[in-house]
Amino acid sequence: MNKEELRALVAQMLQQQLPQANVEEKFESIVESNEQVDDITEINLRKQYLVENPMDGDRFLALKGKTPARLGTGRAGTRYRTVTMLRFRADHALAQDSVFSDVPESFWRKNDLSCFPTACKDKDEYLTRPDLGRRFPPQSHDAIRQLCGQNPRLLLVLGDGLSSNAIVTNGMDCAKAICQGLRNLGIAEPPMLFVKYCRVGASDALGEITGCDCVCMLVGERPGLVTSESMSCYITYHPRPGIPESQRTVISNIHRQGTPAVEAGAHIAQLLQQILTQKASGISLRREGSA
Amino acid sequence: MTESLLSVGIDIGTSTTQLVLSRLHLQNRANPFSVPDIAISEKEILYRSSVHFTPLSSPIRIDAPAIRAIVDQEYRAAGVEKSEIQTGAVIITGETARKENAAEVVKELSGYAGDFVVATAGPDLEGELAARGAGAAQWAKELNQPLIHIDIGGGTSNFAVFEDGELTDTGCINVGGRLLRLSSTGKLEWRSPVLDGLFQPQVGDTVTLAHMEELAKLLTRALEEAAGKRSRSDLSRRLITNRLPKLPTKTPAFSFSGGVGALMENAHTLPPLTYGDLGVILAKHIRASRLTEGVFRICTDAIRATVIGAGCHATSLSGSTIFHRDVKFPMRGLTVACLTREESAASSNDLSETIRRKLERLRSHDGSPMAALSLDLPEAPDFASLCRLADAIVSAWPQEMPIVTVTRADCAKALGQTLACRLPSPRGIVCLDALRLPPGSSLDIGQPVAGGSALPVVIKTLILSS
Repeated sequence: MNKEELRALVAQMLQQQLPQANVEEKFESIVESNEQVDDITEINLRKQYLVENPMDGDRFLALKGKTPARLGTGRAGTRYRTVTMLRFRADHALAQDSVFSDVPESFWRKNDLSCFPTACKDKDEYLTRPDLGRRFPPQSHDAIRQLCGQNPRLLLVLGDGLSSNAIVTNGMDCAKAICQGLRNLGIAEPPMLFVKYCRVGASDALGEITGCDCVCMLVGERPGLVTSESMSCYITYHPRPGIPESQRTVISNIHRQGTPAVEAGAHIAQLLQQILTQKASGISLRREGSA
Repeated sequence: MTESLLSVGIDIGTSTTQLVLSRLHLQNRANPFSVPDIAISEKEILYRSSVHFTPLSSPIRIDAPAIRAIVDQEYRAAGVEKSEIQTGAVIITGETARKENAAEVVKELSGYAGDFVVATAGPDLEGELAARGAGAAQWAKELNQPLIHIDIGGGTSNFAVFEDGELTDTGCINVGGRLLRLSSTGKLEWRSPVLDGLFQPQVGDTVTLAHMEELAKLLTRALEEAAGKRSRSDLSRRLITNRLPKLPTKTPAFSFSGGVGALMENAHTLPPLTYGDLGVILAKHIRASRLTEGVFRICTDAIRATVIGAGCHATSLSGSTIFHRDVKFPMRGLTVACLTREESAASSNDLSETIRRKLERLRSHDGSPMAALSLDLPEAPDFASLCRLADAIVSAWPQEMPIVTVTRADCAKALGQTLACRLPSPRGIVCLDALRLPPGSSLDIGQPVAGGSALPVVIKTLILSS
């Protein structure tokens, strides 16, 4: 179908719904201005209130400022209004995209990181076989050892996890803040690597392969409908396959609206110092100060 | 975590001097899998002093030794040692703030009352602390309409206006219960100069009840004008202490505190000259005025509102991921230079120039040896912009001063580390976040709490009238 035919078809469809004069005008204005449809995900939901004739809309808006929940959306009969339904689907699509898309190669190239995929051959396998996301194929073990050296004290790992978006947005800012914080504390900058198709358990495999004391992994969190940019940090002292999950220290919710990446990095650097000193992570770690 | 701060509040008012001891409980609000978030979770009042008449050594001088004696006596009665006091504020209010030695007394007393007890004064802070101490700030959050809180004391009435639960303005007028004093025989013993032109009888004259009723009516009218219940006239304007408050757009609710506020409930049952002053009569008139036509509330513990404000609400807590190195706490009386969002986003060179200029201006103004820089940053700054910021600060900051920065955005620890790796160790660095410092405010920083992860601060604010 060529452009003219398409134009005619759309005009015809619009004609069935709108009075004549309007159609021509509207259609022309859209075509002429080459107008873009507004991106509904740009709207800040905390500032959007759709109930008609409210008792006190301002007050409701003040409450909405405190929660990402989709409240005060109004209704059309018994259903959502169009904008609410579309936004729901748009946010869901963002979450899905973030899970299914790959971290672009430019990300690790630009930041001078070596990329090591786990034993998964593609995204589908990654999602269906969590066990493979915790292992590295035998042929990459030597390369990993070569990069990390013999029994390093600490490894800093960036992993895509379940949100590529999260690691691209926050990963490097957080990693740079961690390295700077460690330098200030007199701890040598750790080797850094990127792991594709990464599960948290890949820390344990890295521990086994390199004999490192500790792995600090920044990894994308499974996205929800609020943000697809949330990243977590898992720190495992003496990582080895089979280690209980309770032995990991976690900092979650690292994103723009949670803990900003740089501030999380600064905090993690200090936490790493405690972990390396106490030689323990997770519930074995005695938190100092900010218990 | 079970940690708390022992806080003292001392209010030296026109007619009364009071002291309150309270315990500010700290709690980590974050879940165990997040960065810590320590906050003051509860404010528990441990001890309320008796209400002392403010001792004066002459009509224009405060009796400083007598005030120190009151503090000593109350500490003893409460069973606390001065060294246990961790934070707090002394505020001097109303008519007393105009005494010759007011500034001197409050400053000396703040040092005397505890290591990190901050001297404060000024009608702006007074209005705010009274409203917070009276619980009006809390009520304003629950209310469906704006709120005007009026703390009616001996010499002044402080207004605090809340809209959508936020403090929007303060104001103060010279209306109070102790603008005159009568002897037991009904002779006028003393009258405040603010009554000139409003009240005929002079010192020594016999004052009738009718005179008093007439004056109370006038003063109540002035309150109504200031609160927007009548159009403002010369009457309220001539009684202004600093300014009249900016009024909310919608009909406000009212709440009352202060010595006269406390009398409002029972004024009609008391003999009019119970205290030998205007208090009871004024309270009766206000209770029957336009101010109580709509939604209103007389606060519990109304006479202690300001002192509770000073004891419980003057201290706030910084964010919990902060940075400090090579400084001695407490740090007192830091003046604040504020950078706007645009200024903070400038290139490193321009930024450095702006910071240098602003610090220079602060120092030439009041010669204060210490300053803090308040930056308006986006909510999640990236690493590159922190480096740009740190470069600018390092090049602009005078060698002899410790670097102190304050941001609202959660980035103080990262900014502190970025500064630290540019500066060798003996240089002091303090970076705080989760605080808003308006222009013209000043800052005091206390001893670290929660294992060094947060710092208590007292922000002395000037809400600028525009």
